[in-house]
Amino acid sequence: MSDDAKGMAPSRRQFLTGAAAAGAGAVAAGAGRAAAPDPLITEVQDWASGLGDGVDVTPYGLPIEYESDVVRRNVEWLTADTISSINFTPIHALDGTITPQGCAFERHHSGAIELRKEDYRLMINGLVDTPLVFTYADLERFPRENRVYFCECAANSGMEWAGAQLNGAQFTHGMIHNMEYSGVPLRTLLEEAGVSPQSKWVYVEGADASSNGRSIPLEKAMDDVLVAFKANGEALRKEHGYPVRLVVPGWEGNLWIKWLRRVEVMDQPVESREETSKYTDTLANGISRKWTWEMDAKSVITSPSPQAPVTHGKGPLVITGLAWSGRGAISGVDVSLDGGKTWQQARLAAPGADKALTRFYLDINWDGAEMLLQSRARDTSGYVQPTKAQLREVRGLNSIYHNNAIQTWWVKANGEAENVEVS
Amino acid sequence: MSRFLEARPDLKAGRYIAVTATLVCLAALPASAGQFGLGRPALPEEIAAWDVDVPPDGSGLPEGSGDVLTGEEIFAEKCAACHGDFAEGVGNWPKLAGGWDTLDHDDPVKTVGSYWPHVTSVWDYINRSMPFGAAQTLSADEVYAVTAYILYSNDLVDDDFTLTDQNILEVRMPNREGFVVDDRQEAERHFWTDSPCMENCKTTVEITMRARTLDVTPETPSAAQPETAVTQQSDATKALEPAPDPELVAAGEKVFRKCKACHQVGKGAQSRSGPALNDVVGAPVAQVEGFRYSKAMSAAAADGLVWDEETLGTFLAKPKAFLKGTKMSFSGLRKAEDIAAVIAYLKAQSD
Repeated sequence: MSDDAKGMAPSRRQFLTGAAAAGAGAVAAGAGRAAAPDPLITEVQDWASGLGDGVDVTPYGLPIEYESDVVRRNVEWLTADTISSINFTPIHALDGTITPQGCAFERHHSGAIELRKEDYRLMINGLVDTPLVFTYADLERFPRENRVYFCECAANSGMEWAGAQLNGAQFTHGMIHNMEYSGVPLRTLLEEAGVSPQSKWVYVEGADASSNGRSIPLEKAMDDVLVAFKANGEALRKEHGYPVRLVVPGWEGNLWIKWLRRVEVMDQPVESREETSKYTDTLANGISRKWTWEMDAKSVITSPSPQAPVTHGKGPLVITGLAWSGRGAISGVDVSLDGGKTWQQARLAAPGADKALTRFYLDINWDGAEMLLQSRARDTSGYVQPTKAQLREVRGLNSIYHNNAIQTWWVKANGEAENVEVS
Repeated sequence: MSRFLEARPDLKAGRYIAVTATLVCLAALPASAGQFGLGRPALPEEIAAWDVDVPPDGSGLPEGSGDVLTGEEIFAEKCAACHGDFAEGVGNWPKLAGGWDTLDHDDPVKTVGSYWPHVTSVWDYINRSMPFGAAQTLSADEVYAVTAYILYSNDLVDDDFTLTDQNILEVRMPNREGFVVDDRQEAERHFWTDSPCMENCKTTVEITMRARTLDVTPETPSAAQPETAVTQQSDATKALEPAPDPELVAAGEKVFRKCKACHQVGKGAQSRSGPALNDVVGAPVAQVEGFRYSKAMSAAAADGLVWDEETLGTFLAKPKAFLKGTKMSFSGLRKAEDIAAVIAYLKAQSD
């Protein structure tokens, strides 16, 4: 990066580019009258005269090139390399609740492997009547369910514990996606093998080199956990565990084992590397919480936000964002324009669904004055999303994981937005 | 039991026998025990191959032993490229030693010695997932030895210590008692508020911190503009070379995944735990500026060794046989076609 570029903050560059792209016409539109006829209307355009692509040009369609900035992105300094690493969903540019697989965040511990369905085996062993091996074709013969769930990395917003750091909703809150899964309840497979009465846990692991083994209480395993092979109607992507992954609704993403190869029924947890040295939350006194599986209720305004500034000036403005809870459904979302002094209820696009993303909107007539935008999620368990100060008071600054604090975007009079913290 | 029979059409003919039979007879049935009769029983050899996890009680640990000094040698060869000779960590790679008494400080240093509660997890993780890029290549004795060396690096055992399946549970990890089970429902009970504040929730609001100040956010690129035609420039030397076989290059790209943990190649490639590989084919060895090569590699450079297809091919087949003392911990590419492919891929890359 050159010295010149370094002196200029990223969101400002993005903002200026965005403003220029919107064009002078956008500002004039507010006045309600065009100075001259719009040539896009008065002149015959190429696309209105010539021909477009035939049906076979893109047998599997990708987004049009004008959307090529809506992609997963990495924060290079976070990890030693890109293999054991994470990238972020471009939530600032998406709407609705379903995350397209192609831009849903990835987190690998030893890279995204390629495993053919034909080579896939799932073993159930341990404290069972009959240890079993299933092929992919076997799994397709069990009764299956369709369920929409969010998957959030426990480290989502983890870089923000010590203070406002990354300038963009994609980077502060993008370790999340929400998909419709088709799969077999893990309960069905466990019952097929016959679970012994002394069982208390299942240990689940992947086929990749990291294996990423985790222990899950049997109660959860027999409840709503899915062995999934389709997401949003199509096969899982390689980066999300093709051909089979575990779906552990409401619980931290690290438990959602990709390339699932083995479920061992046990009477004790394994206390693997991933559930002791990682995915444990260190408090200010040096003691660490373990088995913090549930994702606390959380929300974020996705637009306006640093990567999605207001480019149209004052007047009608759609404020929108996402809310979710690992303990149930979102019951409501409040939005503040003044940094938390006053709150108003946002409109939920649809009633909150169990352990799935909820889209909210607040449609305002912006007066062009600067705003300190915040959103606050409430869930069906009665939990209310805390402020950063409230969360730090209990957990200190070293938790890394499970940061579900209220986020503040400072929207300036020119429409530019910045990640800030407020008193 | 009745549910079982009704749902198993293949057993209906045997209803009389099943109803009167003991559980022993049922267990002897060749098919699986469940309602759907799907899947097949796992064989003992299959379970032994995959069921290798080791919980804190040490069950599942194979017989074996390894001492600190042996562990140090293996560590230097196979682990130090990322974790450092003394387990102190290279760059952003995990630090495995040190950090004692930092857990209640700002930015605690979490290592095997300062943080991991169970020695079994260390053994289990090395055995299952290390070395990075060559998991499951260490023997049980080697895993005991490397574990012993990491414990030694953390001052938990002496340099003459031998770790075995018999004494491993005697190792006391300093942070063993440092964990509590999730207590959010009690410790954070006040976050369950029936009626959150809606008005006059605070008197003043001041901005106390800005992300801009740090400026650590990656740039957000704007959408691609329609591409202008790029004409391929070919200089005189390049024009003479035969065009690379795209299929071979693509195959090489796949093979290169084995190398990616340590090496980058292509536009913007930088040295990581291994040197950047742009234009490596045809170049003198140890040419990347700023990279700390092994003594052996530097000596080969002084001798004028050049990475042509032959030398590179021999090196990649068995790095340590070709150049004793190289820091490259990779064991080698077994297939000649993989070697040819990866060299073709490397030739096709440049900055």
